[in-house]
Amino acid sequence: MKKILLAASLLAMSAVAHAEADRGTQLYNVYCTQCHGAQGNGKGVNAAHMSVQPRDHTDTKEMSARTDDELFKVIQHGGKSINKSVLMPVWGGNLSDDDIHALVGHLRELCCQKN
Amino acid sequence: MKHLFSLGVTAMLAAGAPLAANADAAGDVQQQCGTCHALKHDYATPAIQERAERKAPPLDYSGNKFQRAWLVSWLQNPTRIRLAGVFPPAHVKKGPDGDAVDAASLPKHPAVPAAQAEAMADYLMTLKPFDDLIKAETYQPGTIAERMGKMNFGKFKGCDACHQDAPNSGGVSGPELYTAWNRLQPAFISSYIGNPVAWDPHTMMPKGDANADAVHKLANYLKVIGEKQP
Repeated sequence: MKKILLAASLLAMSAVAHAEADRGTQLYNVYCTQCHGAQGNGKGVNAAHMSVQPRDHTDTKEMSARTDDELFKVIQHGGKSINKSVLMPVWGGNLSDDDIHALVGHLRELCCQKN
Repeated sequence: MKHLFSLGVTAMLAAGAPLAANADAAGDVQQQCGTCHALKHDYATPAIQERAERKAPPLDYSGNKFQRAWLVSWLQNPTRIRLAGVFPPAHVKKGPDGDAVDAASLPKHPAVPAAQAEAMADYLMTLKPFDDLIKAETYQPGTIAERMGKMNFGKFKGCDACHQDAPNSGGVSGPELYTAWNRLQPAFISSYIGNPVAWDPHTMMPKGDANADAVHKLANYLKVIGEKQP
């Protein structure tokens, strides 16, 4: 009985993690790819017109140097909040804390879970 | 099904067939525009995936947003305002230097005859669900030195990451803004810059943290560059 309960709990946790990952992907597609690129490589359709190039989210070394809290902060309060470019907007008025956590999760997949 | 209908309309227009005149402007707008454009605010409730599936900008608050004269003119001779389409990620192809706009994938907006454009504009201007947002606006159009306005638009506020303030100057994912003053109502411009989420919860425009004075400066810059347009 205990084993069945444990298996059910693990399945439920896995479903929640998948839903969170899907949401992170959707949010990234809507809000981030225009500058950070469809592949997350910093080469979105706007990049050629920007004076400061968007962060390459697939750069494992650069992204590993940022904590989750820093990533959360820069999404919520914009580039200025971490002394980076104003071209990174303040998204805290558009996105909930849960949304931003989902995005941070997606960034970690992009940067650090390569095959 | 909607997509098929849209393709049918596009094909008909491509073949040069005029849109059928419809005495009932509301029905005409519903029939001709409603295939791609939202005419009710119900897009605001579903999940964010809705934004990725939009075919065209919402028109449900047209009467709070547009200048009627611009609507009449544009409907007869549509030009591209959103250089990367309504949802840019849907129109991206991989180029040598990164993502590029796949121009071939961008749909063409049909043109309508003058009388129909007038009737459609009259009806669209009756759609005003956000009078309260307009009434809350304190913006009084003023002026700003163009050079200072440009610096504010680009260097200080970063609007040029997504928007053009002159042809080929600025990003492409947002609508071009050098004609914004001619197509949009001043109070809408100010209200939308200050709180775009109040108008459209799924907007790709950041709400940001600009105060009213900063918003008004940006609106004044759009006035200065808009009034230079032919």
